Amino acid sequence: MEPLTWTGELGDILDPLLGIATLALAVTTVFAILASFVTPTPRITVNPDGTAAMAEGLPGLVGRAQQNALYALIGTLVAYIVGGIALGWQGAGIIGGMMRAFTPVWLSLVALFAASIWFKRSLGLYGKLFDSTIGMIGFGLVMFWVFTAIFGGVFDMIYTSDPLNQVSGMKNEPPGSPLTEDGGYPFYLLGGDTLARDVFARMVAGSTIVIVIAPFATLFAFMVGITLGLPAGYYGGKLDTVLSFLANLILAFPVILLFYLLVTPEIVQTGLPAYMAMVLFLAPLVFMGVLIWSRYRTQPNRAWLLLALVLTPMALVYLSVINADDTPIDFWPLDFFNIPGGILVVFVSVVFVNSPTVFRIVRGLTLDIKTRDYVAAAQTRGETPWYIMLWEILPNARGPLIVDFCLRIGYTTILLGTLGFFGLGLPPESPDWGSTINEGRKLLSIYPHPAIAPALALLSLVLGLNLLADGLREESLRD
Amino acid sequence: MGLFILRRFGVIVLTALCLTFIVFFLTNLYPNLEKLAKTQANARMSDDQVVSWLDNRGYLDPMPLKYARWLGVAPAYVRTGDDGAIVFNRCARPGEEPDEVGRYCGVLQGNWGFSTVFRSDVLDILAERGWQTAKLMFWVTVVMVPGALLLGVFAGMREGSKLDRSLSTVSIATTATPEYVSGVIFIAVFASSAVGLRWFKGTATSAMENITFENFTLPVLTVALYGMGYIARMTRASMTEVMTAQYIRTARLKGVAFRDIVLKHALRNALIAPFTVIMLQFPWLLNGVVIVETLFNYKGIGWTLVQAAGNNDIELLLGVSIISVIVVLVTQLISDIGYVYLNPRIRIA
Repeated sequence: MEPLTWTGELGDILDPLLGIATLALAVTTVFAILASFVTPTPRITVNPDGTAAMAEGLPGLVGRAQQNALYALIGTLVAYIVGGIALGWQGAGIIGGMMRAFTPVWLSLVALFAASIWFKRSLGLYGKLFDSTIGMIGFGLVMFWVFTAIFGGVFDMIYTSDPLNQVSGMKNEPPGSPLTEDGGYPFYLLGGDTLARDVFARMVAGSTIVIVIAPFATLFAFMVGITLGLPAGYYGGKLDTVLSFLANLILAFPVILLFYLLVTPEIVQTGLPAYMAMVLFLAPLVFMGVLIWSRYRTQPNRAWLLLALVLTPMALVYLSVINADDTPIDFWPLDFFNIPGGILVVFVSVVFVNSPTVFRIVRGLTLDIKTRDYVAAAQTRGETPWYIMLWEILPNARGPLIVDFCLRIGYTTILLGTLGFFGLGLPPESPDWGSTINEGRKLLSIYPHPAIAPALALLSLVLGLNLLADGLREESLRD
Repeated sequence: MGLFILRRFGVIVLTALCLTFIVFFLTNLYPNLEKLAKTQANARMSDDQVVSWLDNRGYLDPMPLKYARWLGVAPAYVRTGDDGAIVFNRCARPGEEPDEVGRYCGVLQGNWGFSTVFRSDVLDILAERGWQTAKLMFWVTVVMVPGALLLGVFAGMREGSKLDRSLSTVSIATTATPEYVSGVIFIAVFASSAVGLRWFKGTATSAMENITFENFTLPVLTVALYGMGYIARMTRASMTEVMTAQYIRTARLKGVAFRDIVLKHALRNALIAPFTVIMLQFPWLLNGVVIVETLFNYKGIGWTLVQAAGNNDIELLLGVSIISVIVVLVTQLISDIGYVYLNPRIRIA
């Protein structure tokens, strides 16, 4: 079989269109910027009947042109996707093949966006996100990878071939090479890596690892940071001094040095990460316990019931997680599952690196919010300090925290990539993006494609998260 | 001011002690020592032999004592023979007589140990590699700081304008591109022999002797780009805040030209906050430097760190961590002091 071209026959029509649209967008953007220099404010004219109208002028015109160019570009990209889904690799080359492979992702994205835009007025902050272009683009990128992770990792619908399968003769083959073996998908859409595995399938498989670890690790870091940051900010004094000193201590470490110290096999052998997991993973339990108790302590029956309902499953999961066969912590008989090799260590070190920053943010917000009137009112009512912290201060700090949560998932993704780039933690054959980049970089100047694909994937996910955070910040500041 | 600096200095010394102790503790855990014994003496040693080898060199003493010896505040480990003569002295280098060297040899005495990978003195290695990294950092600063400030000032000059939107998106994009991603893309586009443009070189090994535009552009750009976005966003935030201040409005109503407002009135106040950010960004650059030096095979401190950590070279790793801890803490101090100097609203008694 012939190797595939990038866009196939579809490209004969769409490639020039894409070029024109991109050029138009670039030119109009430059013009729009220049126009904003020349005419700073739009002119206001007063009509004879007393109403005022704002003249569109040059900036408005250029702005409209820019918007149309953007629509044209998006339209062309959508045409690539639709054409690819319709024609597959037979008519639309590598891009077409990939677009068809991602079909379930596209359908879910369309459904999600349609539903969200339809109901956006009744969805609070999430709905407002769909008023900002930047926010929508970011959300789209993030959800693309989330759906890819779900459909690839859970339903096995996207893989063109097994990410660990090696096919002889496919070593370092360029994108679009036909497979030397019969059966299964006939091409390596993005080529083969140094061990003759499918780069595209590995990229998809890598998304599952990142999408599972990054948000969870960030969530744990937030639990730790909130549980320590609230009392530090609220009580102040010695507690604050000690905790801040410790946080600064961890922050003063260069991250890579810390990783090298924590994630080496020798340290894992001592069981240090297992002990750290024991402490760090306790934070969500403490958090939930205090959260419930401080709210319902005047109704003990209800409090105990809720505590039992929430904490029992959490405690079981916690004990299962920290108990593993090869670590010093192996006492619990009901060990339901073991987290596979390396992931726990990576998880712990990422949480450990992230928590001090969250601590600092929460502490700063608490210092600010505790001077407000409603906190004074709660103090006068005789509420307990923990009630004030968790039910008065924390909900009012949610805006900046949500924005930072998005940013921090992106940063955690970068950290995971860094770990993989230095070959730390995860096993070498793991398809996560960092490890794949690390493997591909050795032959980078001869065969760039095995490293480029995961690099671009990581870039798009982190960019999406950052744009999403930016959109959220803008929309939450608006009112 | 003097008291403030003194107190900050005290905190810094305490932090440095804690940090080095943590690194010392982690690198001197038993599995690391076992690996050291096996690489230094004999890979097939039995467990008993490992213990005796370590014991004979003082590695199995209590951790605080070992740390004090390493610092140079406790006398080094010596082993005396049956006749009372010193037969082993940690301070003695290969080729030196154990009873002729001093009893104190630690970091404070300038004795940073001996690298097992490079077979030479740690301090010498660090001086050589540090100089390479300093060159890289210098060029990174030269590219990054003006670039970031320009981006930020132009974006924050008119909040919400097209220029602001475009530049803000650019700075978001750079913060979303970690060094190992941008480096890989740069090499593929500009240096790849397969498809790329071949404008630059994909390795910076030759830049260690002779820096040229061709071999040093990509590493510098890679480090600078990631740090740039963050500083630019902070500058933008500070600039927009200043531009909405009362005195700027007064100047505008007075009829001062927009250019003069930006250059003469706004800029100086808007650059106070970014100063702190830039100084605090240096520790983060260290991360980038490690990645870039590994990716471009440029043998500086970052490369040394990777080699030391990967080969269980305990004393070299400790040396590298001292350097990085010093860099972090000194930049923190400079940023604190500089902030007080630059901002007349803060006066510390």
